[in-house]
Amino acid sequence: MAEFLVVPALLAYGEAAVAYAGELRGPGLAGRLATWGVRVGWLAQTALLIGQMVSADGFPWGTWAGALNLFVWLVVGAYLIWGCTPKYRLLGLTVMPFAAVLLALAWAGGGTTLDEGDRSGVVLAVHAVLMLAGFAGLTLAAGMAALYLWQERRLKRHERRVLRVRMPPLDALDRLAARTVLGSLVLLGIGIGVGASSFERGDFDAAMAVTLLILALYAGLLVLRHEGVRGRRAALLNLAGLALVAVVLPLTHFAG
Amino acid sequence: MKLTLTGVSHHRAPIELRERVALDLDACAALAERLDGEAVVLSTCNRTELYLVREDHAEELSVSTLTELAGDRGQELGAALYRLRDEAAALHLFRVAAGLDSLVPGEGEILGQVRSAFEAGSTGPFLDRLFRQALHAGRRVRMETAINESPASVPSAAAALAQQVFDDLSGRRVLVLGAGKMSEATARNLVSRGADVAVVANRTPAHGEELARRLAAQAVALDAVGAELERVDVVVSATSATGHVLSREAVAAALRARKGRPLLLVDLAVPRDLDPAINELDGCFLYDVDDLEAVVAETISGRRSEAARAERLVAEEADRFREWQAALDVVPTIASLRALAEEIRDSELARAGGRLSERERKHVESVTSQILAKLLHLPTIRMKEAAAAADGVVYADVVRHLFGLGEEERRR
Repeated sequence: MAEFLVVPALLAYGEAAVAYAGELRGPGLAGRLATWGVRVGWLAQTALLIGQMVSADGFPWGTWAGALNLFVWLVVGAYLIWGCTPKYRLLGLTVMPFAAVLLALAWAGGGTTLDEGDRSGVVLAVHAVLMLAGFAGLTLAAGMAALYLWQERRLKRHERRVLRVRMPPLDALDRLAARTVLGSLVLLGIGIGVGASSFERGDFDAAMAVTLLILALYAGLLVLRHEGVRGRRAALLNLAGLALVAVVLPLTHFAG
Repeated sequence: MKLTLTGVSHHRAPIELRERVALDLDACAALAERLDGEAVVLSTCNRTELYLVREDHAEELSVSTLTELAGDRGQELGAALYRLRDEAAALHLFRVAAGLDSLVPGEGEILGQVRSAFEAGSTGPFLDRLFRQALHAGRRVRMETAINESPASVPSAAAALAQQVFDDLSGRRVLVLGAGKMSEATARNLVSRGADVAVVANRTPAHGEELARRLAAQAVALDAVGAELERVDVVVSATSATGHVLSREAVAAALRARKGRPLLLVDLAVPRDLDPAINELDGCFLYDVDDLEAVVAETISGRRSEAARAERLVAEEADRFREWQAALDVVPTIASLRALAEEIRDSELARAGGRLSERERKHVESVTSQILAKLLHLPTIRMKEAAAAADGVVYADVVRHLFGLGEEERRR
């Protein structure tokens, strides 16, 4: 029964994605509907995840689709921290369509069903959750970067409606994206540490190499920031980083 | 109790008359105290209004008070005064709190002024409810519409754009080129939002120094601004120079030292002071006066459409207040009916008391109390509904007649 909770979650996320587009016409009902869509969807997905956890003997999100399900929940959860404030509300424009599509993909891939799960132990489960939380943060940072580029384009082009549709301020987006990347790197670092504690000699594989590479690239992005790589260039690097994560990581983790 | 509003505002009264009747907050509090009963005096640069709740002579009292304040211009007051009662007065206050009656629709300052007037007033249950609901209406309009988010002038649009780039302007440094009125107005707008004017540069040093003194900034020569570009966040330019005061190359050179920090440049001069090619530089946002006027025109049209939405919200709040006010007409009848029922219950319980044990008496008390509550619930609801539909007084009269409410008191 709990697995059907994916339907209200998906519907609510979809509704939020559409309502955020309506918010572009001006603040009001659409924005409130969007926020409630996110909240209701996240609660439904939380209930679904609890159902999966209760019915599983081990870690219920070991498959790519299961991991995607948990990943979406983490992304939306992290977004809710800022999404409820009017200033950052339009961040939902970049986050919620993405979340809805990924949840639909997780559903189609069987990641929302109740099954026994993967009996890989608590340490690996903690490792997986921390890694997914880290990547969720990087996804959110990429959402902010996308919004930054959009807002920058509007300001550069002197759009007449630039003050009517209130996007989050450029500098705030830039700083928040950098902080989110930093937080994500901390989570990834802890996740790698937890995972490494259960590894044995010879376990090092392509997935770990790619994860370390991504960690190093994002750390480099933060270092470059101090050298003046901010704003537009930082946003582009952020998006490129997420593209790398989205393409390479699933291949190395789940292929075969 | 009747609500009466008497006042003068920018709609009909010239500034010469408005300044005569304008009061500071302490004077508003003293006057409200002197007016006796429930009274609030709202006085801003655009209006002075007296809100009174009294059974009679409220209007005469308000008019005589305002005439007294107007002094030798008292005879002009008659044509400028407006007088509203009950629902119309409440709706007016809600519109005022929402900024819909302001010179610039949606301006934000009025809500705080209404709150201060309320806090300084002599309020009782009626005005307390009225002003709380007006403040709620004002907040709702600001939260649910974009009416106060759109600037209505070029300087305020420039400041709003700075907030779109930098978010909080606290600690942001501004460089002002030119010492004219436009530069000063824009600089002051930025300062009002937290920015610091760091440097003023002008072709005539004396004028630059004078403006720098007024803005607590440093004055520099026009040819020294290149170095300042590395340290400031916003450049406001409105000189009377015939050529470009800042070139693309000068700004590009400064960008290297800025380490990616964005720079907003506002060119209010005609002919333009700043090379338009500056906008092509990474991290630079250049707006000229045409760009800003286009933004203002768009936001003003937005204000109008938002004002229509705001009017609907205010009307909703006014309806809610009207329902509450109408319910007041039937409250005494409901209270009398309940008191009568309780009196009958008490006397019947007292008569039966001797024949009942303690346990039985408690049980009967509980049962009869529940019967009364259930019996009177529906008539209470219906009377409140009728009051909201303007039939409250008729219903109240019928109930008073049917149950003989008040007859006992009259016989006494």
